[in-house]
Amino acid sequence: MIPSDLHYTKEHEWVRVEGDVATVGITQHAADQLGDIVFVELPEPGKRLEQFATFGVVESVKAVSDLFAPVAGEVLEGNPGLATTPEVVNSDPYGAGWMLRVRLSDPAQVGQLLDAAAYEALTAEG
Amino acid sequence: MVYGPHTPDDRSRMLAALGIGSVDELFDVIPVSVRARPMALPAGMTELDLMARLRTLAGHNRVDLASFLGAGVYRHHLPPVVDQILLRGEFYTAYTPYQPEISQGTLQTIYEYQSLLAELTGLDVVSASHYDGATATAEAALMTCRATRRARVLVSRGVHPQARQTLQTYFAGANLAFDVVPLVADGPAAGTTDLGALRRLLDDPARPVAGVMAAQPNVLGLLEPMDEVGRLAHAAGALFVAAVEPISLAVLAPPAAYGADIAAGEGQPLGIPPQYGGPYLGILACRDSLVRQIPGRLIGMTSDADGRRAYVMTMRAREQDIRREKAASNICTNQALCALAAAVYVASLGPGGLRDVAATGAARATELEAALADAGAPRMHPGPYLNEFAVRVPDAIAVHRRLLHRGILAGVPLAELEPGDPSLADGLLVCATESTTAEEIELFAWALRDELGSVPGAVTPGVVAAAIGKGRR
Repeated sequence: MIPSDLHYTKEHEWVRVEGDVATVGITQHAADQLGDIVFVELPEPGKRLEQFATFGVVESVKAVSDLFAPVAGEVLEGNPGLATTPEVVNSDPYGAGWMLRVRLSDPAQVGQLLDAAAYEALTAEG
Repeated sequence: MVYGPHTPDDRSRMLAALGIGSVDELFDVIPVSVRARPMALPAGMTELDLMARLRTLAGHNRVDLASFLGAGVYRHHLPPVVDQILLRGEFYTAYTPYQPEISQGTLQTIYEYQSLLAELTGLDVVSASHYDGATATAEAALMTCRATRRARVLVSRGVHPQARQTLQTYFAGANLAFDVVPLVADGPAAGTTDLGALRRLLDDPARPVAGVMAAQPNVLGLLEPMDEVGRLAHAAGALFVAAVEPISLAVLAPPAAYGADIAAGEGQPLGIPPQYGGPYLGILACRDSLVRQIPGRLIGMTSDADGRRAYVMTMRAREQDIRREKAASNICTNQALCALAAAVYVASLGPGGLRDVAATGAARATELEAALADAGAPRMHPGPYLNEFAVRVPDAIAVHRRLLHRGILAGVPLAELEPGDPSLADGLLVCATESTTAEEIELFAWALRDELGSVPGAVTPGVVAAAIGKGRR
């Protein structure tokens, strides 16, 4: 259900760290809560992100929500597929629905995030 | 009974949190002269006395003038069908309801307004309308900043000064800046946007430009080299905003044809009579790629569960009731009744009728130009215009005032419209529309010749005498 190899924010983003590169997306729980996602606005490559600052917005048929960066770093690329098929965020949030690749500026920040068990507990609280 | 939800204690804690001493301090940025004051209401009157008083006040309105007033607001013949439809009670709300889909008729009228304006501008998306042309123009500038994530806009001095003032207000609190692009001082392009200056203002890597804004026709009535302005804007990675007059779009190239990303303008010429203080109509249109940046309501067409045509308010999630402080705009509404007037006006005239209105106004303006030049007031600028232009009149403000006493509203003295520009001090900005008559033109020229003493008015032409008689009726 909740992938055990990822780290999570309380705002329902996930991050996968491979070397000094992090991949960022939103969780299945977030996608389900938002409903049908119709648009994702992402930053340009080269943009520097602060940890827990907003980096974009995700728009569903009923809401527009801010996206928060789980880690600080420089944007390498946004998922180009989301421009034409944003619905993959609903159908495959941990795979084809990824949003950003970021070069980490401080890998230790990952330690401030939730692990899968803690995130599961957070969503179970409702 | 106290209706205010806040106790004195609530207020003092909020003021303390803000670090100010009184509620009035919140309004310090508003000039004292325009702040609300307690109303000095006279004692009550009987209905009979009140009607007499209102009739006296209404009598001060001058409806007998031969008017050449334009400068952003234009007189046109209004087909009676426009007012007749506006009088229907179903439409008598200026607001789209918060459960919008229950009002299919209202949504359909807005959808039709959007479709007609999309056809006129050539652009993909039209908002359901804004307060007026100036606020729509300011919103267009804000759109360019959001879309490009840049913080500086270039605005041609040919954009109406009131739109520039509104831009100043909107930008003041938003950490955004704009620079004014000057107009060419002399030569064949005099009075149009200075492309050399525009190039220099764009060439500042430290302050990248979000959008470039120019007006077609511009505030002096002149036609701008919009293709070239747009090309320069795009080459610098900026968006291009065209401030337009909607009737002119029936005969001039539509904004999409010269590369505009956004078009904004005052919709008053479309079925709304000139009226002091409005209400008017803000037109805002853009390319499909900017649909998430356009503020205000958008009506879309779809089909319901039974496959029937249905209208919906679409892309609502960007709006202030949902997105709060992050909405595309928190300073907009729509003018549904005025948008309806525009839709009925454009639909009842049709494409041919709208072209006739624009072309007839242009033809009348040519006659006006010849008549005023003959009377001693030549044009100030050599370039092409559509139906409005500036003429040089020594002591323009005084002449304008004296002509008013003679029943002629001789446009606008440019010294009042652009007080900061001494090169325009001797100018009168005059316009003609299809409703301008040959008699009015002759009366204006005759009176002006008399005022200027350029040629002794030996004989009062018969037609002028008749017009004067009519004016004094």
